[in-house]
Amino acid sequence: MWMNLAIAVGTLLTLAGLFGAVLGYASVRFRVQGNPLVEQVDSLLPQTQCGQCGYPGCKPYAEAIVEGDKINKCPPGGEATIQSLANLLDVEPEPLDAEHGVEQEKRVAVIREDECIGCTKCIQACPVDAIVGAAQLMHTVIESECTGCDLCIDPCPVDCIDMVTVSKDIREWYPNAPADRPFTHPEPVIATDRQPATAEAGA
Amino acid sequence: MGRPFDFPGGIELPDNKTQSLQSPIRQPSLPDHFAVPLLQHIGEHARACVQPGDTVLKGQRLADSDRGAGVPVHAPTSGTVTAIEARQVPHPSGLEDWCVRIEPDGRDQWTELADCPDYAELPVEEQLSRIHAAGIAGLGGAGFPTDAKLVAGDGARIRTLILNGAECEPYITADQSLMRERPEAIIAGARIISSLLGAEECLIGIEDNKPEAIKALQEATNGTGIEVVVVRTRYPSGGEKQLIQLLTGQEVPHDGIPADIGVLCQNIATAESIYRALRFGEPVISRITTLTGKALERPGNVEARIGTPIIHLLNEAGLHEDNLKRLIMGGPMMGFDLPSITAPVVKGTNCLIAGTADEFPDSPIPQPCIRCGLCEQACPMELLPQQLYWFARSGEYDKAEDFNLFDCIECGACSWVCPSSIPLVQYYQHAKGAIREQRREQEEADRARLRFEQRQARLEKEKAEKEERRQARMEARKHKASGATPESAASSGPDLETLTRRRDDAREKVDEARAKLEEARETAPEAVTKLERALNKHQKRLDSAEQALANAHESSTE
Repeated sequence: MWMNLAIAVGTLLTLAGLFGAVLGYASVRFRVQGNPLVEQVDSLLPQTQCGQCGYPGCKPYAEAIVEGDKINKCPPGGEATIQSLANLLDVEPEPLDAEHGVEQEKRVAVIREDECIGCTKCIQACPVDAIVGAAQLMHTVIESECTGCDLCIDPCPVDCIDMVTVSKDIREWYPNAPADRPFTHPEPVIATDRQPATAEAGA
Repeated sequence: MGRPFDFPGGIELPDNKTQSLQSPIRQPSLPDHFAVPLLQHIGEHARACVQPGDTVLKGQRLADSDRGAGVPVHAPTSGTVTAIEARQVPHPSGLEDWCVRIEPDGRDQWTELADCPDYAELPVEEQLSRIHAAGIAGLGGAGFPTDAKLVAGDGARIRTLILNGAECEPYITADQSLMRERPEAIIAGARIISSLLGAEECLIGIEDNKPEAIKALQEATNGTGIEVVVVRTRYPSGGEKQLIQLLTGQEVPHDGIPADIGVLCQNIATAESIYRALRFGEPVISRITTLTGKALERPGNVEARIGTPIIHLLNEAGLHEDNLKRLIMGGPMMGFDLPSITAPVVKGTNCLIAGTADEFPDSPIPQPCIRCGLCEQACPMELLPQQLYWFARSGEYDKAEDFNLFDCIECGACSWVCPSSIPLVQYYQHAKGAIREQRREQEEADRARLRFEQRQARLEKEKAEKEERRQARMEARKHKASGATPESAASSGPDLETLTRRRDDAREKVDEARAKLEEARETAPEAVTKLERALNKHQKRLDSAEQALANAHESSTE
């Protein structure tokens, strides 16, 4: 009987040791670098690197969100970003915090080129290297790379940078959704699990 | 052969085609101006190659485009270019887009055309580039550049060429009248495409509500090996995927193109313009457009020049503007309301419907979805329209995509049968647009992130390099300081000696110079200034040497 017990205990101990070793090895070999949640949050942020959230870029804000900061501090992302962050983190979406700015149409910086004195200050300020030029030579913005973050406006000593709303490309247009509450009487929807309590009451 | 086969779903519609078939194709008069849009195809805007003030001839190229990026556009008549500007174009958004505005001179004089009776002998590449140069883009409405479509089919082996003459939408008779009046040109075009592709068979799909067109085509195809396949009239048999299914029994795979199953589909009007381009060198400067609707006194088909203001065509057809309720471009199912009556005709304008209130009554107020499933039975793509509706409406776009939203051809059959009158297609169009926009934004964000990260990395590297250089400098200075101190201490003794010697040398030179100067004052007065300068120089050296010696004395005594 003692023998059986010893075999059982011995077997279990051997197995435990074996699996422990495998897991220990795996945790070293397949170690995940960095926090994957930060990456996920970062990928939802609009990457304007504008700093309106109070952090020096989208990645730092993503890190702060994972640490527990509010998700409503990103004006360029707007409601859509808040909604997707809320989905990812399983928290309640909140309206955009007006303290950090308001949601705007997409804009790009445009340099009034004949007024530019070639000081390179805006080039140093641009977080995505979207301005080309050299000292004493005219600068210009690569429109397709500009995120519209505003950061080049303040450093310009001659105020020759304007933020211009991007005109809509006719090929990117799409119709609005039909008015969402088209019904004349209060929601007599049947057979749906997606409607508010009134629908259930009616069902 | 089981031809024609069948496609799932579909609906039967009142066809309303006879109104516009009472007279042959008419030639409208010249309007007072043309506005030729630079984007009439899928792709990039054509680049204008004329300037305001230029005089142009009919058929002259107005704007050029690289192959693969789009197709050129041409002058619809001879006259003067008065502007290249953003103007109203026929688009549901009502947005403006770039157009070349031309005022006709009334002579309607052709530019020189490359007439080519033995066009069939031309090499394939030459034929394709002529098709591109003629500005041919799918005339069925979508406007895909035809040369690109023919090349796309080149990689995969095309066995079957299908010409689409089904024209399944109500009201439209543009293709029908073309088939009735110019069947030979269509067949010649079909043979060009067929030989370009090396296709084994060529089929023309046509609905059974067009007996005269069928007869005309059958006569024209006699002995050519091209088969005219008559299909039952059922909307949307003219959809590319539906017609392929009807004629070959094969389904175009999800995410695929017809070339994947060895099929290529072209509109019959496109075939006709290919023939005209190769045989006569004529670019696309006009197309057959149906003018119909009860607000017109004389509905019919016209050969409308591209760029003609729509209002000009409607007025010639006897528009009663008071009765006009809706002006639709395209058919009543897939067309759209024109936001502006001044917009020009483009290559895709197959039909203009000037509808009255009793033709197009207000759509009833949408009621809740009752999940009756009629839409599912009508859907020719075998999708689940009601599921798509819920997902699109609630913004669950990823689920809508899982239910193959992008396979929807927006034919409108589901909306037509919906007993609750829900504008289903509009939901799908919105959802598709929103998804595409999200993808674009995501792409932009990814690019911005990459650039940001690379910039960060570059700044780090620069900082590290700077730091390294600073360290190196510090190291060098420290090294120099520690190496130099004992040396100077040891040399302080002999240093005094050298300094004394230097001072003595300097004093000697000063004395010498002074002596020379005295001498020169008497013998050569012209050299005096020069020697004075030399004396000053030596005096200064002496002073500094004495100063250095005094300093050395001081430091050594400390």
